[in-house]
Amino acid sequence: MSSNVPVRLSVNGRVHELDVEPRLLLVHLLRDRLGLTGSHVGCDTTSCGACTVHVDGEAVKSCTVLAVQADGTKVTTIEGLAQGDQLHPLQEAFWEDHGLQCGYCTPGMIMAAADLLARNPDPTEEEIRHGLEGNLCRCTGYHNIVRAVSDAAKHPHAGRIPHPGPTPEGAAIGLELAREGLGA
Amino acid sequence: MIPAEFDYVAPDSLDAALRALAHGGEDAKALAGGHSLLPLMKMRLAVPTLLVDLRHVPGLRGAQRENGSWRIGALTRHADLQGRAELGIVGEATSLIADQQVRNRGTIGGSLAHGDPASDLPTILVAMEGTVSVRNSAASREIAAGDLFQDYMTTAIAADELITEVRVPALEDWGHAYEKFTRRAEDWAMVGVCALVRKGADGSCEDVRVAFTNMASTPIRATAVEHALRGQPLSSDAITGAAEQAAEGTDPPGDLNATPEYKRHLARVLTRRALSRAAGV
Ligand SMILES: Cc1cc2nc3c(=O)[nH]c(=O)nc-3n(C[C@H](O)[C@H](O)[C@H](O)COP(=O)(O)OP(=O)(O)OC[C@H]3O[C@@H](n4cnc5c(N)ncnc54)[C@H](O)[C@@H]3O)c2cc1C
Ligand code: FES
Ligand code: FES
Repeated sequence: MSSNVPVRLSVNGRVHELDVEPRLLLVHLLRDRLGLTGSHVGCDTTSCGACTVHVDGEAVKSCTVLAVQADGTKVTTIEGLAQGDQLHPLQEAFWEDHGLQCGYCTPGMIMAAADLLARNPDPTEEEIRHGLEGNLCRCTGYHNIVRAVSDAAKHPHAGRIPHPGPTPEGAAIGLELAREGLGA
Repeated sequence: MIPAEFDYVAPDSLDAALRALAHGGEDAKALAGGHSLLPLMKMRLAVPTLLVDLRHVPGLRGAQRENGSWRIGALTRHADLQGRAELGIVGEATSLIADQQVRNRGTIGGSLAHGDPASDLPTILVAMEGTVSVRNSAASREIAAGDLFQDYMTTAIAADELITEVRVPALEDWGHAYEKFTRRAEDWAMVGVCALVRKGADGSCEDVRVAFTNMASTPIRATAVEHALRGQPLSSDAITGAAEQAAEGTDPPGDLNATPEYKRHLARVLTRRALSRAAGV
């Protein structure tokens, strides 16, 4: 019935051109068409945040965005955070602080935390809890997640997403991070 | 959950969007942030056959100050307004909507057009006595907040019309507060109360507006409270007394989160808190 629509978007620095059904959700484009399964579907009702990715540098729940709405945008997923072997400061801090147990919420948690730190580079514990309201974790009780975000915030580039990814600029950030040493 | 099939267009002018809506008839829907519409479509509670995505329509974003008012484009997102002190109660209330991810998508025009009585911005518009500008392909008109919300998710906006702009008075010399009570973080309000208070030089209440979220099938004004406080000294006794009237004349529907009686209780408590904060007492 409905005709497909061409979309062109950059995901983690790579440009993709696809024909999609208008009803295809961004999270399904990422997972099923591009094989980027780091973004999870937890609730499918815009509540849990497991599907959080960045569109043009801001966190969104990709289960509630049509792929066609992402036409012409730059999308960053959890797979686009690390620069080669160098983890992003948030990834490093989640690891160091045991900010995860089963890991299901973690990609979305980290993408939401990156948006939070971009808006507020030096958040209080209260601000971190408030800022991560859109993300649910069934395992950790949030304590170590909040600690991880707080520790990551001490890193000068924690709010920066290497975006659009492995471009010369992204590589430069990665090298810079590597030189400064990662971790909290 | 996958929405039912639909056709999709993303016109690059307001005129083209209005034409597409008119052409699509009753089953065509505008798409702004999609954060009310897409959840309904995923649950197949809404089954539009055509979505007219407004994202390429120019000139509908941002807030501009003009002659004592703010003119806010319909596609301005909650995230563009949240926490901005110069916008007064609009800046305060938008930062309390849902969570950051939702605020990064949801728009003021979508929120008002959706007309959900549990949403926050309809209440703010009613308290501020703002207006929306709407257009179809033939004409434009202004709708006052008091006439916009007609029933549960039913507004005065016709199927072929779009909100282009929201206009609210700046109310610079008014104190403001929005108290929102939620059961869980990121939730809609069980009850929300917007209080706007203009203090006279002698510390009395020169003017006051109070409006409720989720106390009826539309946002409503608490006229009994306003009446009780107007002209009175802004003491905590006077505020407590006026807030006691908050539930008067209301008949809130019960829902999964709260019985009608509990909502009435919340209305009284939140009104006292909102008035105290707005009045600075
Ligand atoms: C998990 C979650 C929690 C939420 N919590 C809250 C909350 O606490 N408080 C709150 O207030 N809101 C809440 N919302 C709703 C959110 O703010 C929505 O984004 C907003 O209400 C609708 O805006 P939108 O731009 O997403 O509209 P859309 O979903 O795109 O559209 C909504 C409706 O308005 C119509 N429409 C859109 N734009 C226009 C226009 N310019 N002219 C005419 N019609 C138009 C559409 O056709 C549709 O019928 C929540 C949403 C979610 C998913
Ligand atoms: S899967 Fe998108 S918010 Fe839960
Ligand atoms: S670590 Fe299991 S849901 Fe968060």
